[in-house]
Order: sequence, then C-alpha cells, then structure tokens
Amino acid sequence: MHVLRDRLTALVIVLGLLFAGSLARAQGYDAALAGFAKDSFSDTETAINAVAASGNPLAAEVIEALQDGRLLFDPNDKKVYVRKKSGEMVDAATGRAVVGTPPAGLKPVRLNNRLRRAIDAAMGALTLLSPDPSKRYDAAQAVFKARDPDALKTVDAAIAKETDARIKRALTEARAAIVLNLSDAPAADKLDAVSVIRERGDQEARGLLAGLPANTPDQVKRAAADAISSIDTRLAMWDLVQNAWYGLSLGSVLLLAAIGLAITFGVMGVINMAHGEMVMLGAYTTFVVQEIIRAQNPALFDYSLVIAVPLAFLVAGACGVLIERSIIRFLYGRPLETLLATWGLSLIIQQAVRTIFGPSNRDVGAPSWMSGAFELGGITITYNRLWIICFTLAVFFALQALLRFTRLGLEMRAVTQNRAMAAAMGIRTARIDALTFGLGSGVAGIAGVALSQIDNVSPNLGQGYIIDSFLVVVFGGVGNLWGTLVGAFSLGIANKFLEPVAGAVLGKIAILVLIILFIQKRPRGLFALKGRAVEA
Amino acid sequence: MKAPLIRALDRASTTFLVVLAAAAVIVPLLNLAMPQNSPWYVPTYLVALWGKYICYALLALSIDLIWGYCGILSLGHGAFFALGGYAMGMYLMRQIGSRGVYANPILPDFMVFLNWKELPWYWYGFNHFPYAALMVLLVPGLLAFVFGWFAFRSRVTGVYLSIITQAMTFALMLGFFRNNFGFGGNNGLTDFKDILGFNVQADTTRAALFAISCVALMLCFVICRAIITSKFGKVLVAIRDAEARTRFLGYRVESYKLFVFVLSACMAGVAGALYVPQVGIINPSEFAPGNSIEAVIWVAVGGRGTLIGAAIGALVVNYAKTYFTSGALAPYWLFLLGALFIGVTLLLPRGIVGTINHFAAERRHRAAIKAEPVPRPAE
Repeated sequence: MHVLRDRLTALVIVLGLLFAGSLARAQGYDAALAGFAKDSFSDTETAINAVAASGNPLAAEVIEALQDGRLLFDPNDKKVYVRKKSGEMVDAATGRAVVGTPPAGLKPVRLNNRLRRAIDAAMGALTLLSPDPSKRYDAAQAVFKARDPDALKTVDAAIAKETDARIKRALTEARAAIVLNLSDAPAADKLDAVSVIRERGDQEARGLLAGLPANTPDQVKRAAADAISSIDTRLAMWDLVQNAWYGLSLGSVLLLAAIGLAITFGVMGVINMAHGEMVMLGAYTTFVVQEIIRAQNPALFDYSLVIAVPLAFLVAGACGVLIERSIIRFLYGRPLETLLATWGLSLIIQQAVRTIFGPSNRDVGAPSWMSGAFELGGITITYNRLWIICFTLAVFFALQALLRFTRLGLEMRAVTQNRAMAAAMGIRTARIDALTFGLGSGVAGIAGVALSQIDNVSPNLGQGYIIDSFLVVVFGGVGNLWGTLVGAFSLGIANKFLEPVAGAVLGKIAILVLIILFIQKRPRGLFALKGRAVEA
Repeated sequence: MKAPLIRALDRASTTFLVVLAAAAVIVPLLNLAMPQNSPWYVPTYLVALWGKYICYALLALSIDLIWGYCGILSLGHGAFFALGGYAMGMYLMRQIGSRGVYANPILPDFMVFLNWKELPWYWYGFNHFPYAALMVLLVPGLLAFVFGWFAFRSRVTGVYLSIITQAMTFALMLGFFRNNFGFGGNNGLTDFKDILGFNVQADTTRAALFAISCVALMLCFVICRAIITSKFGKVLVAIRDAEARTRFLGYRVESYKLFVFVLSACMAGVAGALYVPQVGIINPSEFAPGNSIEAVIWVAVGGRGTLIGAAIGALVVNYAKTYFTSGALAPYWLFLLGALFIGVTLLLPRGIVGTINHFAAERRHRAAIKAEPVPRPAE
C-alpha cells in the first residue's frame, strides 16, 4: 500500500513535470510567434531567435517560410500563418491546416538585410541537427560565415553527435569562428580556435583572422597574424598549382589541335592551312550526331561523344584523303604553293559549312559525365577539362603506337625517310601518302569532337587554332611527335603563367614574340632532327 | 653599258608606265572636267575605288619583288601596309583638331573618350606632314629590318619564314585591337577631315590622291625594275633559285635579302599610307593574316616574278571581288576566291602575265629556229 502510494505520487509528479515542461515550451514558442505579428524589425529578430531556441518541431518550417516571404500574420487577431509551397495555409502555432477560407487581410512578415542574416544563422543552427548530411554540412558553413554567438550551444551539441569526419571538421571550424568573435571566451580557447582556422587555410579563413574584434588578447592577435602569413603562403602555392593546371589544360587543347598537323606537316612536310577546317568538320560532326540522337533516341545522349569520335575521324579522314588525291599530290616539293592552295581550300570549306549550317554558333551539349566540377585542395577542377587532358594523352599515345608498332606506321616512316628506297622495297608510296594525310586529318577531326566541348562551334572554329598549331609544331620540332607534346604543354603553361602578369592579350603577344625569337635561335625547333634528315 | 634607267625599261615596262601615266591624267580629268550627265563622266566613288585598287597593286608589287625575285614568301606584308596606313591615319587624326565630337584641340576623340589626359609620346610630331611621311617609310622599314635581321641571319627560310611572318601580323593585330595601345582599339582611326589643308571628301582631293597613287606605283615600279635588271637583281634571283650555292660563291645572302625585304616593306607602307585617306578608315582588321595571304594570291594570279603581273593580278582579283561581293553573288565570292587559290597553283603556276610571256618566248624561239635551221648533228 505504502509502496503503491509512493509510486502514484511519483507518477503524478512526473506527469505534472512533463505537462508543465511542455506547457512552458509551448508558451515560449507561442510567445515567440506573437513577435512576428508586431510588424517591427527588432521584434521580428527577437522572435526569430526565440523560435529557433524553442526547439519546437515547427521552428524550421516557420523560419524557412519567413525566409521565402511565406510567413503571414493577421493584423487583427495577431495569429501567424504559414503558406506552404503547395499554397495550403497552415496555422503556425499548431501546424494544422486552416479549416475553411483563410482570414482576409493577411500581411507577410517584412524582412531587411539584418533579419536575413539572423535567419541564415537561425537556419544554420536549426539544420545543424538535420538527418541529411549535406544539409548539416551546409549549415555548418552557414554558421561559420554568420558567427552567431547564440548558435554556440547548438554547434557544441552537433559536434558531440556528429560522426561524419568532414562535417565534424566544418563544425569545429564554425565553433572556432564563433569563439574568436566572443568577447568573453578565454584566451586559450581562442588560441585553439586560431589554429583550427589556420588549418582551414582558405580565403575565408584569412578574412576571419584579419577581421578579429578589437578586444582580442594580444597573444591571440599574434597567433592570428602568424596564421595569416602561413595561409598567404599556402594560397600563393595553390595559385601556382591552379595556374599550372590551367596551363596543362590549355596545353592539351593546343596539343590536340596540333597533333594532326604534326603528322601532315611534321612527318610529311605538307603545309596544310586547311588543317583547322578539319578540326571544324570534326566539331560539326559532333553537332550532327547530337542532333540525330536528340531526334531519334535521347537516351543515348550521354554516349554522343563516344559515337562522334570514330565518325569524326572517318569524315575528316575521308576529306583528307580526297584533298591529298585531288590537290596536294600535284604539289609535293613545292611547299609555298601547297600553302596557298590549301589556304584556298580552307576558304571553300568554311564557306561551304557556312552555307549548310549557317554562320552562327551551333549548340553542342555536354554529356552528364563531362559537366560539373570537383574540388582538389584549393583548386576547382572541371570534368570537361580533365577528360580533355586524358583524351588528348590517349590520342597521342595511340598515334605513337600506330606509328611505332603497326605495318602502316612502319611504311609511313619508311616513305617519309626515303621515298625512293621505300618504293623499291615494294611499298606503294602514293597510297601511303594518301593514308598518312588521311590519318593526320582524321586526328584533327577527333580534336574537333573534344574542342566542341569548350569552344564555339562555328565556321570560324578552325581559324583560331591554325596559327597556334603551326607554332606548336615548329616550336616542338618538325618530324617528332614528342616535340609536339613538349611544345604544346610548355606553350600552354607559359601562356597561363604570363596571363596574370601581363593580361590575356599581351600574354599571347609575348608568347608569339618569344616563339619568333626562339625560332631565330633554333630554326629547327626544340627537338631537331639531326644529320641527313635535316636536309630532306 | 647602258644607263640603269634605260636598261630597266623594256617595251612591256614602258607600255605599262604609259598606261599608268595616262590613267593618272585622264581619270581625274573625266571626273572633274566632265559634266555629271556626260557619258564620259567618272563618278567620284569610282575614282576612290580605283585609287584603292592602285594601292593594292602597289602592295602586290612589293610582294612580287621579294617573292618573285628573292623567294621570300611573306604572309605578313599586310602588317607593313597597315603600319604605313596607321602612320598616315595618325597624321589625319591630328588634323581633325577641335572639330571632333569632343572638340579637344590636341587629343583625338577616342583618347578623350578613354579619359586620357595627354597625348602619348609616340603621337608627338604627327601633326607635321613631313614627319608623318617619314614615319610611313620608317616604321614598316624598321620593323622589317629588325625582323629580317633576326630571321635571315639565323637562316629561317621557306615555309618557316612564312609562318613566323604570319604570326607577326597576328601578334600586331591582337595588339592594335587593344584600347590601351593608343591607336583607337577596335574602331581604329576614322572621321578624317583634312589632308594638307584640303578636304579629304572633296572631289578634287580624291582625284589628286588617285593621280598620286598612280605616280607612286610608277615610281616603285621603276625602282623595282632598276633593281632586278641590275647585277644586284641577278644575285637576288640566284638566291631564290639556290640559296646555299649563292652563299658558297661568296655573296652575303643575308644582306641582300635584308635590303630587299626592307625596301619591299617601305613600299607596302607607302601603299597603306595612300590607301587610308581614300578609304577613310584604318582599323586592326587590316592586320588580319587572311588579308596578307589574299595579297599573295593577287601576285600568283598575275604572275609571280613579272612585276607587271603583280599589279595586273591585284586589279583583276579586286575588281572581281567588288563585282561579286556587291551583288546577289556575294555568298559565292569565297568559293571563287578559294577556287582561285587552288586553280592558280595547280593549273596556272606562271600566272596570267607569266603564261603570256612564256608563250611569246616560245613563239620567238620557234621563229628563231625556223629562220636559222638547226645544224645537222655530225654523223
């Protein structure tokens, strides 16, 4: 009996406590909501913080609605409503849908910039505990930027619960950012915070450390100054890496455009001014393939480039064979005439494409695996550039292998080294000439597929590359594919390192002048052939 | 030994000079003296157009001198042409004075627009005509000298030279497109008012410019003829045909090439300087590599290494260009131009004048054989 009474008493007390607690919380939330109906900015701000602190499950929804201008209040009875994205009206206090027609004369709660910051901070704190990891991460970043001291407790709670290492680091950084801006935090905590921020080491971290409040203790300020200089070094290093990456990327584009020329000009010695137009034909092949896929079978769109590569090779290669048979074979040994004839040819091809496809840029889409980017340390790498570098290297090595290991490659090398002897050994030199030229043109076509992803597909596409390509081949050394590789990448990297110093156009001019001077110094290029081959 | 001038002028050259001199007199006369409704009246726009052709002919002549006689194929001669044009354009800009849109007595409009406070140093002196005229020769000549000095000394020849001359004009084009280069950027120099106190737009000025262009073409033609008929010219042809052998014979090949290259660049500069007041604008697109190659094809069409042919080729191709691009046939002009490049190199490698000369020489040869039978070989 005694026991029973005790238990009953305990039960009553517990129930009572529970009831009182929930009542108090409900009251806190309701009182906070009433703040929105007062139509004053400072009351709204208090309300935002109170709602965020209330722990009510509706809090996140209410604040999100406020952010989007979907939080409304009735000026007469001071009740607050949320209009859901679906348009449905919900009572903000209970979360239940409004029965019947919503009251007339509802006004949205007004916002200003200070309130928007408060909202961001509140949302950050509220979503720190969200079950969705990417939301938690974003929230941690938001808190890092807002540095709202009120969020400190939530951040601590979130750190304690967090299991994902990346988010935990972001949370720790957010906490450090808050601590650095607290006036009453102990110096030791602040020093820890500085070292955490130093670890982060990006532009924002630098900004945070540079803008410490005035009352920060001296030792913390010293640590911060130290951290800033270390971050600066780090940023400068990443800048360097970034430039090198851009340079590699530009180099791969140059290599791609020049590699076909390295065959026709470098190996055969034919000046093909229509080389750029072969690139352009490749790009237009990609366009046509994508158009057909869009019309016939959109599901294949992601494979459009894979389909376009062999087709572009065939189209440009066939054109190349045709050109060789109809024009170039009559002009062997007369390089200046070849130059003029192929220039005329390039005018004709450009004008033909302009007549068929129109003079404006054509839209070539990117498949899903080529769009987007990822972060590597301090730099952003886009997938299309990465793929183009890989693709370029693949084409380069495939071509090397073809020349080195196949019968066709052997015959090509034989004909270019000693035509008469090759003919005497039974090689049909005329056929090899046509095939070699077709190969060079086909590779240019493949380049067009890749360049369609980063350049405008217009009839003038090829013109932009022709001078650069010749310079790469001449710079790298004629008759040597490795020279072309080294030439393209060194020109690309030099260009990108000059650009921040001299500006884009002046950088390009400087490169041109440097190459002109270089050709004066070494007329046969970086990797010159030696011995008798020079005179050939 | 005949005097160099007499030696330079064979029958064809004299005819060419006489025709040019006649044009220089008759065309302005028909424009100025004839009443507008007369069938003989030549409208002013035609005078300006033909004046432009004559300037192109002079450019072609300068290319033929180095390509036809020394084997230097420059794909950057448009750069020298444009530089001469810019030098003249700068003089014309300074002559506008306070009549510009912004009425600044010193600064050209585009500098006021760019908020420049004072004239850049390289614009000094261009308000004097003699200085500008000197610069027309000096700037292209100096560039050609520096460029040729490096190129010929390190024995950059053939297509390599062609490609770096192309890169040179390309680099200049990029530079002149920039606003802070101080040459009007994209828009170039235009809105000219006066030349030597005469209104650029006036009929009399146009006629005089046409006559001056003809005289300049005649002068340069005589200079070229004098060079190629001299001993110096024979060495140039030797360099064209076998550079290494000429060098081994003890000639300083680089110096010969450099001299003729600089001379040719100066001629191109003069052509550009005469071109600008007649066309009324000079902008960076004149540096475009395509223009230089087009000028080379004029020479090829007319006949490489014939001088007269170069001038005729420039006139023919440009007349065809005007004819085609001003009518319904405009979209086909590039097809025709392209076909011209291919056709001339494949089918007519001697060009128009070269082919005529060739047949004439063969006929003379045959006539000579007929007149004097070949001695029967000894049994």
